[in-house]
Amino acid sequence: MALKSPSPESFLPLPAATFHILMAVAEEDRHGYAIIQDVAARTGGELKLSAGTLYRSIQRMLEQGLLIETEERPDPEFDDERRRYYRITPFGAAVAKAEATRMSKLVKWARALGFA
Amino acid sequence: MMRFYRALLHLYPASFRAEYGEEMCAVYKRRRTSLLSAALEVLRNAPAVHWDILRQDLRYTARTLARSPGFTAVAILVLALGIGANTAIFSVTDFVLIRPLPFQSPDRLVALWEKLPGYTHMELSPANYGDWKRMNTDFEDMAGFTTWQVNLIGQGAPERIKGALVTGNLFAVLGVQSLLGRPITPADDRESAPHTVVLSYGLWQRAFGGDSGVLGRKVNLGGTPTVVIGIMPPQFSFPDQEVDFWTPFEFPEAAFGDRNNNILNCVARLRDGVSLQQANAEMNLIADQLRRQYPKELQHTGAIVDRMRDDISEQRRLLLVALAGAALCVLLIACSNLANLLLARALARQKELAVRTALGAGRERLIRQLVTESMVLALLGGLLGIALADIALPLLIKLVPSLPLSGAPSIDLRVLGFAAILTLLTGVGFGTVPALRAGRGDLSGLREGSRSGGARKAGLRSALILAEVTLSVVLLISAGLLLRALLRVQSINPGFRSDGVLTLQTALPMPKYLAQAKRTAFYRRVLSEIQALPGVSDAAYISFLPMTMGGGIWPVNIDGKTLDRSEGHSASLRFITPGFFSTLKIPLLAGRNINESDASDNPLVAVVSESLARRYWPGQSPLGRHFNFALFDRTIVGVVGDIHVRGIERNSEPQVYLPYQQGPDAALIFYEPQDLVIRASGNPRLLLPAVRRIIHEADPEQPISDVRTLAEIVQDDTAPRALQVRIIGAFAALAFLLAGLGIHGLLSFTVSTRSSEIAVRIALGAQPRNILRLVLQDSFVLATAGVVLGVALAYVAGRAMQALLAGIAPADAATFLVAAGLCFLMTLVGSLVPSLRALRVDAITAIRSE
Repeated sequence: MALKSPSPESFLPLPAATFHILMAVAEEDRHGYAIIQDVAARTGGELKLSAGTLYRSIQRMLEQGLLIETEERPDPEFDDERRRYYRITPFGAAVAKAEATRMSKLVKWARALGFA
Repeated sequence: MMRFYRALLHLYPASFRAEYGEEMCAVYKRRRTSLLSAALEVLRNAPAVHWDILRQDLRYTARTLARSPGFTAVAILVLALGIGANTAIFSVTDFVLIRPLPFQSPDRLVALWEKLPGYTHMELSPANYGDWKRMNTDFEDMAGFTTWQVNLIGQGAPERIKGALVTGNLFAVLGVQSLLGRPITPADDRESAPHTVVLSYGLWQRAFGGDSGVLGRKVNLGGTPTVVIGIMPPQFSFPDQEVDFWTPFEFPEAAFGDRNNNILNCVARLRDGVSLQQANAEMNLIADQLRRQYPKELQHTGAIVDRMRDDISEQRRLLLVALAGAALCVLLIACSNLANLLLARALARQKELAVRTALGAGRERLIRQLVTESMVLALLGGLLGIALADIALPLLIKLVPSLPLSGAPSIDLRVLGFAAILTLLTGVGFGTVPALRAGRGDLSGLREGSRSGGARKAGLRSALILAEVTLSVVLLISAGLLLRALLRVQSINPGFRSDGVLTLQTALPMPKYLAQAKRTAFYRRVLSEIQALPGVSDAAYISFLPMTMGGGIWPVNIDGKTLDRSEGHSASLRFITPGFFSTLKIPLLAGRNINESDASDNPLVAVVSESLARRYWPGQSPLGRHFNFALFDRTIVGVVGDIHVRGIERNSEPQVYLPYQQGPDAALIFYEPQDLVIRASGNPRLLLPAVRRIIHEADPEQPISDVRTLAEIVQDDTAPRALQVRIIGAFAALAFLLAGLGIHGLLSFTVSTRSSEIAVRIALGAQPRNILRLVLQDSFVLATAGVVLGVALAYVAGRAMQALLAGIAPADAATFLVAAGLCFLMTLVGSLVPSLRALRVDAITAIRSE
């Protein structure tokens, strides 16, 4: 329903959950629980997304065009009928990239000041 | 466990739940977190999801509304008028009828009155006050007061100020403290106590510059040096806003023996746990007991206990309630009109909505979207409405009677809260029906050339229009009845001619003018100089102008017999100078006028009004008769026409006029002429500067107050009524406009949905006459039904406000006929454009489009 496509930068800074979800679906399409597990694994258990946070974020990201729901089932044998799979869109990737750039700049400046 | 989690999920929006509920349950099943943390998690996320959707809907709403600015503007304006009218009326109603009085435990404060035949409420005589206070057990305490005016001298220009004489316990009964110094206490109202005064905050600021050094100082109050002992806080106002100071009664004990001089207003505080009914019952017992004890004086005297908050005349109350009812009608009409507009829009948007449904927007999402839209409209309308109410409020001030409340009705938090609730209800009221209708979400809207749902929706829309017509007929008839009542009241002859008369007050301060000769000199000098002014045809002094002061009532005694006062053997007493009757053009019916030779050393004479003469000497000439009145025996030398002393709508006692020179030196000084009336041939206000100069030259210390024209005084007497008629008239006009628009909209809709049917009929040879009948039939059926229902409701409303109708029948045929006629006219006008469009339906095009 978005009429004009906004620039990736207009989404920054990205909420942490959103950024993690984008990273979780970067390599392959995942369903909700897989996203939670992936995020937990990536952060060594530091970030455990709750179901509410996850699906609220997903709903927003779908509306913002960062994700789409896919029709294809990557693993039909283990597939559960009610599961939906999410895939990152090119725009989602651009937003994730912009966020990563923003963060690395931030870290660089912090280092220069001896913060890390 | 799972069931609990599923129940928790209901906190999420339904669309979200439908979309993700199953998966969230699945996640929860795998994770098995504690119930508490699951609950906390839902409580944190659910509002966020609601907010997400709301933001989305708001953005969508903004776009939709911006796309049809005409519709948006009309909708907001209609809502603003409805909400604004209700908010403004509420703020006055709340101020006058609801808001608690600013005293300690105000619900236990009551007002006490004597009940006498011919009066709804009568002030207490000091003797009855004393007995009631002594004999009751239901009140913690009882206090009395009366208002009076004095000249404040020595604080800038001499000023006439209004104050109250109070018993020493009044402030304690009200439970109020002073801002500075102390309030009046029982020690102050003994005869031997020094003269003391408590000032209002307003007077303290105005006349003393807010100087706290005034405490303990002596000020000149009407010639009496009086010690200032306290200043009241700004929000204190008692018994009304005009009162600027309070001084203790210095009643000699003997005064408490008088049962005929009804001068005391009385307030009391109920004991804990005593109900108003109990207090009334006890006071009636006491009145019975006193009646047996003093059968002559108190033969018909009863007692009334009113809650102080409710101590407002029935007519004033009804006036406001009628206005509130009318405002509510306007809002209901506005709501049904908007519901109709939204239905029409929903229909126009049927395709869009069907597309959205097809794309997967659930019914709940659609309803939610539409409700958001109506809420946004209601909110914008509400905001504009509050602004309108704020503008309208000062115009409503004449509806506020004198009250022990400071300030004026204003848009404060209470009123804003009311407006907010009203806005919410309004949004729900006009938004729900269209939303539910649209939410049925059949996909038929997608069919090519679809005309589905027309009949059912037209039925609903007709019902809404019927409601509009009905309510506007009710408003129109009510406005008509009240207008007729106003005209009837205004056509009542007050007994004098009010045009071209300037009035003002010069109350002579008393130790200074205690000698009759000194007063006479002042009146003669001032009057002769004013009469010499160009453009002045006559001028005179009187004790109190008609319609400004109803009191000054004395018992009439004929032939040495004391007549029973409670049977109405009383008359109003006024001292006048010779020119009074000619200045007010009160007709002299028999005998002679008061004249300058009626001096204090000549026989005491009186001119009486016709009703007094007729009552005591029916069929005989009253001239030369004697009667005892106001302390002395007096001879009747003339008869004049009666006037409405107490105002147009109240019964007035007969009038007795006494020559100004025959006021005794010390007694009756309350009645010394103080109101100056001047009849001018041109605009009477233009005389003011010359009159001021004349009075200033006669006595530089003499204040001039209450400058008004007599016409204004008469007009003020019916001002609340006139204002009410104007407001309800405006409401009725607005209602009619809305109903007319509604009919127009409905017919346009019918014509456009039935254009193919009409085309077929034309093709088959239908005459324009037939087509017109087809179209107009609907609207006239609605109008007829609306008139029938409206007339029935209006009759009920008329009965309810009968006390306001001044004798006009609630089923006044002329008013009903005019209203019905206007309603049909409005229907015709509203139907005009759609009917013409129906006649111009082009058969070929309409059928081809099928």
